Order: sequence, then structure tokens, then C-alpha cells
Amino acid sequence: MLKLSKLAIAAALTVAGSAALAGEVEVLHYWTSGGEAKSVAELKKIMQAKGHVWKDFAVAGGGGDNAATVLKSRVVSGNPPAAAQIKGPAIQQWAAEGVLANLDAVAKAEQWDKLLPKVVADVMKSKGNYVAAPVKLHRVNWMWANAAVLKKAGVTAAPKTWDEFFAAADKVKKAGMIAVAHGGQNWQDFTTFESVVLGVGGAKFYQDALVKLDPKALTSPTMTKSLETFRKIKSYTDPAAPGRDWNLATAMVIQEKAAFQFMGDWAKGEFSAAGKVPGKDYLCAAAPGTASAYTFNVDSFAMFKLKDAGAQKAQGDLAAAIMGTDFQEVFNLNKGSIPVRLNMKMDKFDDCAKLSSKDFVDTAKSGGLVPSVAHGMAIAPAAEGAIKDAVSQFWNDDKISVADGVKNIAKAATTK
Amino acid sequence: MKTAETLLPKLVIAPAFVLGFAFIYGLMIWNGVLSLTGSRMLPNYENFVGLEQYARLWEMDRWYVALKNLGIFSVLYVGGSMAVGMVLAIFLDQKIRAEGWLRTIYLYPMALSFIVTGTAWKWILNPSDGLQKLMQDLGWTSFTFDWLVQSDSAIYCVVIAGIWQSAGFAMALFLAGLRGIDDSIIKAAQIDGASLPLIYWRIILPILRPVVFSTVLVLSHLSIKSFDLVMALTAGGPGFATDVPATFMYTMSFTRGQIGLGAASATMMLATVAAIVVPYLYSELRSKPHDR
Repeated sequence: MLKLSKLAIAAALTVAGSAALAGEVEVLHYWTSGGEAKSVAELKKIMQAKGHVWKDFAVAGGGGDNAATVLKSRVVSGNPPAAAQIKGPAIQQWAAEGVLANLDAVAKAEQWDKLLPKVVADVMKSKGNYVAAPVKLHRVNWMWANAAVLKKAGVTAAPKTWDEFFAAADKVKKAGMIAVAHGGQNWQDFTTFESVVLGVGGAKFYQDALVKLDPKALTSPTMTKSLETFRKIKSYTDPAAPGRDWNLATAMVIQEKAAFQFMGDWAKGEFSAAGKVPGKDYLCAAAPGTASAYTFNVDSFAMFKLKDAGAQKAQGDLAAAIMGTDFQEVFNLNKGSIPVRLNMKMDKFDDCAKLSSKDFVDTAKSGGLVPSVAHGMAIAPAAEGAIKDAVSQFWNDDKISVADGVKNIAKAATTK
Repeated sequence: MKTAETLLPKLVIAPAFVLGFAFIYGLMIWNGVLSLTGSRMLPNYENFVGLEQYARLWEMDRWYVALKNLGIFSVLYVGGSMAVGMVLAIFLDQKIRAEGWLRTIYLYPMALSFIVTGTAWKWILNPSDGLQKLMQDLGWTSFTFDWLVQSDSAIYCVVIAGIWQSAGFAMALFLAGLRGIDDSIIKAAQIDGASLPLIYWRIILPILRPVVFSTVLVLSHLSIKSFDLVMALTAGGPGFATDVPATFMYTMSFTRGQIGLGAASATMMLATVAAIVVPYLYSELRSKPHDR
């Protein structure tokens, strides 16, 4: 009897010991659409193979707004998830509250400093320590075009400058089709606006005006010219644009109702889902004037400070898995983005992704790699929201003059 | 024994009363305290800034747009629902044949959530897919109804959707009120030679004052709460043209990490509501003994 109970105790301790090393990770995210959910399932498989328990915490909708609200309530109640999908300066804001875990041990072991360009690594750090792991890389300054519509209108190639663009748009309009498919939501208005600023002013002007919020740059003649170009684009959109979702605008391009759309590379997912082939059915090109610049949008998981030792180990494994080659390849193939990790083999990716990857490496060296303001990568949410309001008002209300538009944007940029 | 009789009801009500007091008034006070801090993403009580959040609030263009929209929406929604509801109730009261059916049909929209109403009306009012396109396809090629996509008129689309939802509710309340009026008063007035419109205006509507009071109270709080209708119909409108204080508060607090500013706007909403409802409540509840 005694022997049996000793054996039982020994067995229980062994199980308890291994259970202490295998932890539970609760992951908060908002990837709830079909392709996105498939990609998250890949990460879950990798974690389960290491013996950890994956607790999924998906919060649908709002481009992350609902998830952010739920996250705040969890953190305030003292029970944060192990990882949450947070990106951009919001990471530094959370770190300032003192609730994020330090990932430097994992980062050093996996050599993250070598695998990420400095611009991207800085977004993942707070006060020099890694607090978040990047998942995927989107390029925002794309212009998508329907090849058949361009052919019908007599446009031979994707326009490279804004003057060429307006000439092409005129041809499309004359052929009876809508030149620019646009969705009237304030982040979409700003996605187009930041591509215009980048194309008209260049990467350095973009950094000064929209990232550093320098008042001199914001009130300069270059900004006036950007707003004039931006307003001119509106005349090539259709009147039912306000409120339209981005994927419905992409559908207009797919269905040959419109010629161009200014949108990030998640639009490529729509084209692929419709069975369209890049180069044949649709063209992907950098927005006019931005071929040597790259507006990046990096999704990442920020890791929260946890009390349980097993959970902390699981968290470290999660961070390592996210930056691992397997996950980076599988996730990005499914999502339409490209791996954020440098020097990955791009054989399985299509031509648009390969172009994106090449430009990413080139612009990282040349200084043309800039964070996207429209997607929360560059400035604090308060100022970003106020500037988006000012730009959307300018887009929607033709009575606001260009001079007033410049003043409103400069005033909004001072929001703390 | 007597003390037990008087004490027992108080004891039974006490938990609900205490909870209600704590959660409603206690949280209102907490919100007021939050609006006096410089809280950004999470509440931060050490950063006391006095009335700075209120100063910033009143400097924002978007807040003025939100207030203006609340005024327009509330007046037109409450007034419109009551007018349409009253007309429908008077017509239904005329002892018509299919009264049961008609009453149900008019009351059905109330059973829908505001999100469903907002989404359905968004499709109907969309210029390129909805009513405008239908009319143009039917032959009236110069028909335009693009209020939804114009910054100036988008709020009136929210009003239309709201009235469609709540007119049936107002109708049901007024119908019940009309049914409760004693027939003999009407007959006496008719014997005295009063015409039908005069009877309605001078006799029936004054008797319905309590019903009007309840309807206004219910519809006003629905209009101030109208977050989901605006979000579903226009998501704040072209730019922020259909922003209302409720959507403003949500955006500032949760999307932009300016909880202090959001709390200040919520306190202003409370002040606005209190300024209108409290005097009305007071006057109605005081005049009751005189009317009886």
C-alpha cells in the first residue's frame, strides 16, 4: 500500500512538474475573417506542439476598436491576457503604463536586431527593450488597377506621376467608367491622403509633416499642393462613396466598374479570393510618385507582464514562434502581406509580394521606409484621430478652402 | 407589530435602492472626478487638471457639430414620432375593420434593434443602390435623394430612420390613451355642437397630457442614447457630420485614448439632459394634484 502511494505521489509530482513548465497563453486578437482565422490557427498549432495551452480570445470588429476596449477593462482589473494584438505608438503608451513584459531575453536568443530593420524594431521597443513581437508587414502606398478597364480606356501603363495619373483618370472617365473606387471612411480618406503627401512631397517631407508633426512642414506650400491634388482626386470618385467599406470599393475594381483604388496590400486578398491573377487581370503599382518609398503597417503582439512562471515561459515561446520562419511564411501567405523578418525565401509568394519585399529592403537602406499614419503606426491616437477628422472634413465638404484645410490640419496636429 | 409592517417593505426595497443609488449616482460622481483628471488611455487619478478637459471640449469643432446634431435629432425625432403616432392613433381609433392587423404592422418596427433599422435604411437611402436608383430606373431620371452622402443633410436621414422605428410605439401609447377616454364627454361635446377637430383639440388632447408626458420621456431618452442607430446608419456620417455626443464620447474615450475628454463630454450630456428633463418632470408632477 505504502509503495503504491509513494509511486502515486511520485507520478503526481512529475506531472505537476511538467505542467509547471507548460503554460497557458491567452491571446487577444481581432483576426476573425476566414483567411485571418486560418492563419491564427497555424500559430495555435505551433504553440500546442510545444506543449502549451492556447486560449483564444477573439474580439470581432472595428478594426481593433472593440478589442482595445476589452483589453483596457482586462488590464484595469489586473488580469491581462498573455498577448494582445496592439500596433504602433499604442505599444509605447501601454508600456508607459508599466504593464508590458520585457522580451529582451528572447530577442537576443533569436537575434531580432539582425532580422528587423531599425525603423520596425523601434516600434516594437520601449526605452530600448523589446515589448512586442511583429507578425506581418503590409505596404500601404499601393495603387491597384483593373487591366481590362485600363485597356478599354486606352491607358497603356500604370501612371508613375500624379500628372500621368490625372491624364489616365480623364481617359477612364471619358470611357464611361469610374476612375477611382473609394470608400468614404476616415481611415480610407487618410490612406489616400498619405499616399498623396508621400508622392507630392517625398519621404522626408512625409516624415516631417505627418510623423514629426512639424508645424513649418504642415503649413508649407508642399502641403498646400498635396491638399489640392487630394481634392482633385475626389472629382474622379463616384457620389455614393461615403460610408462604403474598403472591400466593396475593391469589388468595384474587380468587377470592372472602376479603374484604380488606393489601398494597402490586404486588397490583394480580395483579388486572390476572386481568382484574379496579378499582371494579367490586375496591376499592382506604387501610388504615383512613391515608387522609392514604402509606407509600412506592421501588426504585432504586445506581451503583458504575467505572474505565473509557466505562463511566462509560454509567452517567451509565443514571441519566438511569431518571429519564426514557419509561422511568418504560412501566416503571410494566407493573409496577403509579407513576412516582416528580413532575408526570408519568397518563392511561394506572388509577384506583387515579391515587389513589396524587394522595395522593403531597398527603402530600409535608402531612408524611404516610413510608418503609416492612417493605420496607427506613427503618432499617438489622440493627434492621429484629430488629423483624420480634419482631412475627412476637407474631403467631404467642398466649401472648406485649401487654405482652411491646411490650418485645420495644423491645429489638429497639436492635439495631445 | 406596526413597526414590522412599516419596516418590512423598506427592507425589501433597500438592496435594490442601495445598488441603484451606488451604481447610478455613484458612477456619475466617478465620471465627474475622471473628467477633472488628465487621463489618457487608462484612468489616472494623480494627474489632476481641473477644468482643462472642459476647456478643450468646448474648443473642438466636432463637439459643436455633435451638440447641434443632438438638438436637431431630438426635436425632430420626438416631435415627428409623436405627430405621426398621434395621427395613426386617431385614425385607428375610428373603429375600422382590420384594426388588429394594422396596429401590429405599425408596431413591428419597434421590435427591431436600432442596428437592423440603421443597416436597412442605409441600403434604402444609398443613392446608387437604393431609393434614388429605383426611382431613376422606373423612369424619373432626374430624381435625386442623396441626403445620406451630403454632410448637411445626413442627420435628417437618421431622423427618418428613427421616426420609422418609434412612431408605432407612440401610436400604441396614444391609442391606449384614446381608448381610455370616457365616451360620455365626447357625446356631451357633440350635443353642444362642437366640430370633430375642435373636440380633438380642446378635449381629447388635453386629457392625453399624461400619455404625452410618458411618450416624451421615453422617446427623449431613446434619442439621447442613439449610439447604435447613428453607428449603423452612417458611422458618424460623411466625415463627422452625423456625430452625436454618444458617438463622440465613445470615440474619444476608447478609440483615441482620451478618457478624460470623454468623461467631460459625458458629464456635459448629463447636464444637458438634466437641464431639460428635471424642470419638465417637476412641472408635470406638481400639476397633477391640480388637474385631478
